Amino acid sequence: MVLIRSNPFRFNRMPCRPGRVEPCPERAADAAAAPRTRARCAPRCSKTLFSPPIRVVLLGGGSLSSVPAPLPATHRRAQSTSSCDVTVSGSMKVKVISRSTEEFTRERSQDLQRTFRNYDPALRPQEKAVEYTRALNAAKLDKIFARPFIGAMDGHVDGISCMAKNPNHLKGIFSASMDGDVRLWDLASRRTVCQFPGHQGAVRGLTASTDGDILVSCGTDCTDFVHLSHWQFMHGSMLSGTFQSFGERVFIISCHVIILLNLILSVKDYRAVDHQWNSNLFATAGAQVDIWDHNRSEPVSSFEWGKDTVISVRFNPGEPNLLTTSASDRSITLYDLRMSSPARKLIMKTKTNAIAWNPMEPMNFTAANEDSNCYSYDARKLDEAKCVHQDHVSAVMDIDYSPTGREFVTGSYDRTVRIFPYNGGRSREIYHTKRMQRVFCVKYSCDGTYIISGSDDTNLRLWKAKASEQLGVILPRERKKQEYLDAVKERYKHLPEVKRIVRHRHLPKPIYKAATMRRTMIETERKKEKRRKAHSAPGSITTQPFRKRRIIKEVE
Amino acid sequence: MEVSVNLLPPMFGIPIALSRYTYIYNKDSTEIHCLKEHEGPLKLQYLDKHFLLVSINKFGQLIYQDVSTGEIVANYRTRLGRTDVMQKNPYNAVIGLGHSGGKITMWKPTSVKPLATMLCHNGPVASIAFHGEGHLMATAGMDRKIKLWDLRKFQVIRSYAGHAKTLDFSQKGLLAVGNGSYVQIWQDSLGNQNYGPYMNHSLVKGYQIEKVCFCPYEDVLGIGHSRGISTILVPGSGEPNFDTWVANPYETTRQRREKEVHALIDKLQPETIMLDPSNIGTVRPPVKKERPSKQEIEAEEEAAVSAAKNITLKNKTKGRNKPSKKLKKKQEEISRAKRPFLEQQRNGLPVKRLRTDEHDLPRSLQRFVRKKSS
Repeated sequence: MVLIRSNPFRFNRMPCRPGRVEPCPERAADAAAAPRTRARCAPRCSKTLFSPPIRVVLLGGGSLSSVPAPLPATHRRAQSTSSCDVTVSGSMKVKVISRSTEEFTRERSQDLQRTFRNYDPALRPQEKAVEYTRALNAAKLDKIFARPFIGAMDGHVDGISCMAKNPNHLKGIFSASMDGDVRLWDLASRRTVCQFPGHQGAVRGLTASTDGDILVSCGTDCTDFVHLSHWQFMHGSMLSGTFQSFGERVFIISCHVIILLNLILSVKDYRAVDHQWNSNLFATAGAQVDIWDHNRSEPVSSFEWGKDTVISVRFNPGEPNLLTTSASDRSITLYDLRMSSPARKLIMKTKTNAIAWNPMEPMNFTAANEDSNCYSYDARKLDEAKCVHQDHVSAVMDIDYSPTGREFVTGSYDRTVRIFPYNGGRSREIYHTKRMQRVFCVKYSCDGTYIISGSDDTNLRLWKAKASEQLGVILPRERKKQEYLDAVKERYKHLPEVKRIVRHRHLPKPIYKAATMRRTMIETERKKEKRRKAHSAPGSITTQPFRKRRIIKEVE
Repeated sequence: MEVSVNLLPPMFGIPIALSRYTYIYNKDSTEIHCLKEHEGPLKLQYLDKHFLLVSINKFGQLIYQDVSTGEIVANYRTRLGRTDVMQKNPYNAVIGLGHSGGKITMWKPTSVKPLATMLCHNGPVASIAFHGEGHLMATAGMDRKIKLWDLRKFQVIRSYAGHAKTLDFSQKGLLAVGNGSYVQIWQDSLGNQNYGPYMNHSLVKGYQIEKVCFCPYEDVLGIGHSRGISTILVPGSGEPNFDTWVANPYETTRQRREKEVHALIDKLQPETIMLDPSNIGTVRPPVKKERPSKQEIEAEEEAAVSAAKNITLKNKTKGRNKPSKKLKKKQEEISRAKRPFLEQQRNGLPVKRLRTDEHDLPRSLQRFVRKKSS
C-alpha cells in the first residue's frame, strides 16, 4: 500500500503554492491526447499524483461544479492537512487528502514532537473497556505502592499521653509522656529538637497557641500536686539581654531560647487543656472548666455543670467563643464564653474520650466514644447524630480532623489508627504495626499529608495520609497521570473486581476476630428485634435509628 | 493462501495463513512461528486492543489466540460448515462470519454459542463489511443482493441488486463494492444510509478483484486482484484529522515503542467483548423472579394432596396386609406430598414440583414413572 504524499522534490521546477500542485506540462498533454488508451493499460502503483490520470466518473451526471458538492461537509480540515487538487484529463478538479511532512514533523531534534488531536469518539472504539482496564491496573498498582509508614520517633521513656501541633510551624510537633517529659520533635529528621523538663508526673494536656509562641502543658505529678507550666518559645536568635527580666527558669539549647513564663501551682486536678483560636485565653479541664489568660495566675472564669470530672476540652476554630467538653458522666457539654453558664448538654450511653471540631464546617464536631464508634453531631441540633462512624473494635482514644475537613483520623485502644471520611460510616484506611501498642493520641499534620500517632510503646510514629502517595516534588506529567488514574478508579470503583482490590486491607488477627464477633453480635440483636417486631402487634414496637440510639437525652 | 490485512504490531510479525497451518513471518521473510492450532486456516483477523489473532478454518472452527502470551483463548466449532467469509466489527471487536446457508453469526471469545445469528440471504453469503461506528453492516450474497443492515435492531435497511465479491467501509462511510474486474464506490451523501453510486473504477477486463480495502487516514483504496495490487484515489474516504495518541502516520521509532508498551499495559481481556461495549459500568437490571401467587401455590398443594390420596397401595400377602398399616402408609404419603409446601412457607422459596406425570418427563424417562398397580 503506497501512501501518496505531495513530494516537493518531484515538482521543483515550478514554484508551488502549498497544497496546490500544477500538473507537469508533458503529462497533461499525454493525458489530453489519449485518455482512453491510457486507462486500458495496467495501472501501476502511482508514486506521483499524475501517472496515470485517474478517471473520475460521476454516475448520475453532474456538472463540474457539482464535483466538490457531494463530499461530506466534515471534510473540512482542522489540521493543516492540505488538499491537493488533482486535475483530471484537463477538465475537473478533485480534492484529496495530502499532508506535507514538514507540517507534521519537528524541524530540529531539540524541538518537541508535534501532537495533533481529534476528540471524535468514533476514533476510540471500546473506550469504556480501556478505561475499566486502566482502573483495574491502577487499583493494583496502588496496592503495590502502598507504604504508609515513614518512621518512628523514639526518645520518650514512658507511654505518650498527649501531643500538640503548632499551627504556625509545619515541621514541629510537641509530645508529652506519662513521666512528665515534654519534647519538641522535628518531623523531617525525626529527632528531638528540645526538651522541656519540669513536670514531675504525667502530663495530661498539651496545647500551643495560634501564633505559635506559647505552649501550655498541664498534668498531675506523683505527689498529687498539679503543675501548670507556661513556656514561651522563640526560634532563631539568642536573646541574652532579656533573660534577667523574667527571673524564672531559663534554658538555652542550641540556638533556641525557651523561657518558662509562668508556673502555676494549684491543688486542682487538670485533665486537659486547649487554647482559644486567635486569642490569649486557654481553657483547662479538671473538676470544672477554667478559662485562663496568659499573664494571670488565677482563672478568668469557671464553668461547672454537674459534679463529675471533665476529661477533654476543645475550642471551636470558626466561632472562637464556643467550646465543647466531655465529662466522665458520659456527657458532652457546649459552653459559650460570652454567657455565664453552660449552654447545652448531651448525655450518651458511654463516655466520650475526645472531641474534634470540623475546621471546614465549624458547626459540626465528632466525638470519639468509649463504645468504639465516633459520632458526628451538628452543634445546633444535638438530638440526633449526623453520622455514626463504626469500624474500631475497642475504645476510640483520640480524634483529629484533617485541615481539609474531609476526613479525620482516630486512634484507638485496639492498637490501630483509622482514617474516616467526614460523612461516611466506614473507615477508608487502617494502619497497624506489630510494635505499635495502644494508641493514645493522633494528630493530622497541618498540610494534610501526614499523620502522627503516639502510643503506649513510647514511640511517635509518622504515617502518610494517603498510603500510596508519592512524596516530594512531582513532575507535572506524573501529577497529571496520577490524577487521571485517581479519576478513572473513582469512576469504576463500584464494579466488583475493582472494589475488591480497593477495599482489601490486611487486618491483624485479633482485630479480625474481634470484628467478626462484633458483627455476629450485632446481627443476632438485629434478628431478635426483627422477630419480636414480626410477632407483635404492628406498630407496638418501634426501632430507633442508630443515630439516636446511643443518646440518652439532651439537656438545656 | 491469504495474508491478513490487519498486521500485528511490528514486534510480533506478519501472520500468513498457508494451506496447512498459520505461520508468522518477520520483515526479513523469516518464519518465526508456526501456529499449529490454526490448522487449515482460511481467513485471519486481528483484534488489536485485545491482542487476539482469530482464524476460521476449513472445518468451520473459530480459534482465538492471544498473541502476547501465546495461549489459545477459545476454539469453537461453528457447526455451520466451511466458510471463508470473516470480518471483524471495529466498534465492538465482535467477529462476524458469513455461512453458506445465508446466515451471519457474530462471535465473542467467551461464549460457545454465537452472540447473534441473522438470516441475511437466500444463498451463501459472499462478503460482509462493518461500518466503523458500529451501527451498519453491509452484506452481499450469491442471490445477487447487497443489503444494508442496522445492527442495533438487526433489521435490513436497504437492499440493492448486484453482485459483490468484496465489500469495505471507509472511515468516512463510503462503501467500496468489488466485483469481477471493477469496483464501485457508494456514498450516502445525506447521512441517512441511502447509499448511491459515487465513483466507479474498472481494471483491465481479465483481472479478477479479490479484495478491496480502504487505507485509514488517507483518501486511498487498495485493490487486490489476480495480477497484483492497485491503489486508487477516492476523494473523501479517509479521516483527514488524525489524533497523535490514537494513530500517528508520522510516528518515530521511540513513539512507536512507547505506544507498544502502553498497548500491552492496557491490553483488554477477552471478557470485555460484547455486542454493546457501552454496557461496561452500567447497572445490571434487576432479575425479577416470577413468583407464583398464593392461590397458585395452594392449588398446587391441593393437587399434590389429592394425587397422594388417590394412590392405591399394593395388597401384601402372608399376613402383612393389616388395615391399620395400610392407613398409616397412606397418611405417610399424604404428609410427604404436603412437606415441600410447608418448607417453602418456612424458607420463602418457590417449591419445585415433582414431575410425576408421564407427559412432564422426557421420553427416555417415562418408563420410570410410578405405575398405578392394578
